[in-house]
Amino acid sequence: MPYRLLKFAASSLLGRPHPEPRMFRNPSRLKDGYEVVIIGGGGHGLAAAYYLARDHGIRNIAVLEKGYLGGGNTARNTTIIRSNYLTPEGVKFYDASLALWAGLASEFDFNLFYSTRGHFTLAHSDADLRTARWRAEVNKHFGVRSEVVDAAFVKKQVPEIDLDCGGHSPILGALYHEPGAIARHDAVAWGYARGADRQGVEIHQNTEVLGIDVRDGAVAGVRTSRGDISTKRVLCAVAGSTPRVLKLIGLDSPLTIHPLQAMVSEPLKPWLDPIIVSSSLHAYVSQSARGELVMGASLDPYELHSTRSTLEFAEGLAVNMLDLFPFLSEVKVNRQWAGMADMTPDFAPIMGTTPCEGFFLDAGWGTWGFKATPISGKTMAHTVATGVPHPLITGFSLERFARLELTGEKGAASVGH
Amino acid sequence: MKNIRCPLNGPRPLLEFVCGGEVRVTPDPQTCSDAEWTAYLFNRASVPGVKREWWCHTPSGYWFIAERDTARDEILATFDAAELPAKAAS
Repeated sequence: MPYRLLKFAASSLLGRPHPEPRMFRNPSRLKDGYEVVIIGGGGHGLAAAYYLARDHGIRNIAVLEKGYLGGGNTARNTTIIRSNYLTPEGVKFYDASLALWAGLASEFDFNLFYSTRGHFTLAHSDADLRTARWRAEVNKHFGVRSEVVDAAFVKKQVPEIDLDCGGHSPILGALYHEPGAIARHDAVAWGYARGADRQGVEIHQNTEVLGIDVRDGAVAGVRTSRGDISTKRVLCAVAGSTPRVLKLIGLDSPLTIHPLQAMVSEPLKPWLDPIIVSSSLHAYVSQSARGELVMGASLDPYELHSTRSTLEFAEGLAVNMLDLFPFLSEVKVNRQWAGMADMTPDFAPIMGTTPCEGFFLDAGWGTWGFKATPISGKTMAHTVATGVPHPLITGFSLERFARLELTGEKGAASVGH
Repeated sequence: MKNIRCPLNGPRPLLEFVCGGEVRVTPDPQTCSDAEWTAYLFNRASVPGVKREWWCHTPSGYWFIAERDTARDEILATFDAAELPAKAAS
């Protein structure tokens, strides 16, 4: 870093252009064909491109993004990273992701603002505590640091919290997950874009996929708003737009699309170190590096393909936040936004191969996709390169629904599911 | 979408309603295949567009049908479920 700073200072003094290259190039035209085409230039798609190039030597890749890079759910989540899930499949998968997160900043030579904070899932009832114990035991069994703590421990870590929660849902204890962390989400997309670009992957923004050519049950090409390309392998990583892409090849799925809203407060002096989640109060909150409280709640209650915001959401979330932290009553909300979450019936993702040969799916990321960015990229890269689902994702196949073998991650999803 | 016109109670605030999902035809479990049955159980038509859905006005416990544009957050029409066969035929 200091060397880069020196170069920057020297070139500034000499009146030369900034020597730091762009994060990634912007190729002017599409080639006629690629070995792999990835639909969706978010964290998941870019990570898959990066690991395909790095680990499998496949560099002739195009990442196609309808809008701008990292402008979808990668930019719209609340950046929480944790691995204290409920099912063995989930715990192993997300813990592998946590291990990858740790090394990313140095891999990309780029500060991701990865910040380990500790993660509390508050328990307001005996039922909550029982679920917390269940999760803690499953987690410990797989070597994930996770434990049930009492209310006094919560109060010691977060003195500002009202343990009575306004009197109606007193905090009895919590599931505490020490490795819980937050990161700067834009930087994750840019970092993977830089890493992929350096290895020859082409990133095409403003390029919409209009059709997918299938011949004899196998992918043959992709038609885009900027021309047709031939390819035998397509990875679809488009979150809330997945049903629209699946329709292009006539595949049905159990996905339903609901907006997930979030908001941030004005910046405050640092006072909240850990991440606080309460599924009973439908609220979660962390404080970002620049002091804003990043707050979220549950999904919008009906299907909608839109990123509009509502006053009902802001009101409902504010009420619950004030139960937890009454002193926030004078704090203003700065921004509010939404992403389109692709929900599955069992709250686990849908990853792997599909009945259409050469068409790979990375979807069903609902409200839990950001933390999985590195491991989903790595496992999907393996799946695309070898044609066989990575061992970590066999529990997430599309076929599990037809076999009535659901993965049942519901108890561990953070809020309001 | 701030209000919904309930066929029984007139325009009421959105918060009084819950969505019961798309109007779907249940296959006959005695005659359909396993694949048809699991497809019915899990798969959904999730491409944005105009859909017929069950909605309930919770204070009065009244279920009715709404035609809703799932891309634009707009309800185009609401009617009593008794009218469904006639609408489905048209």
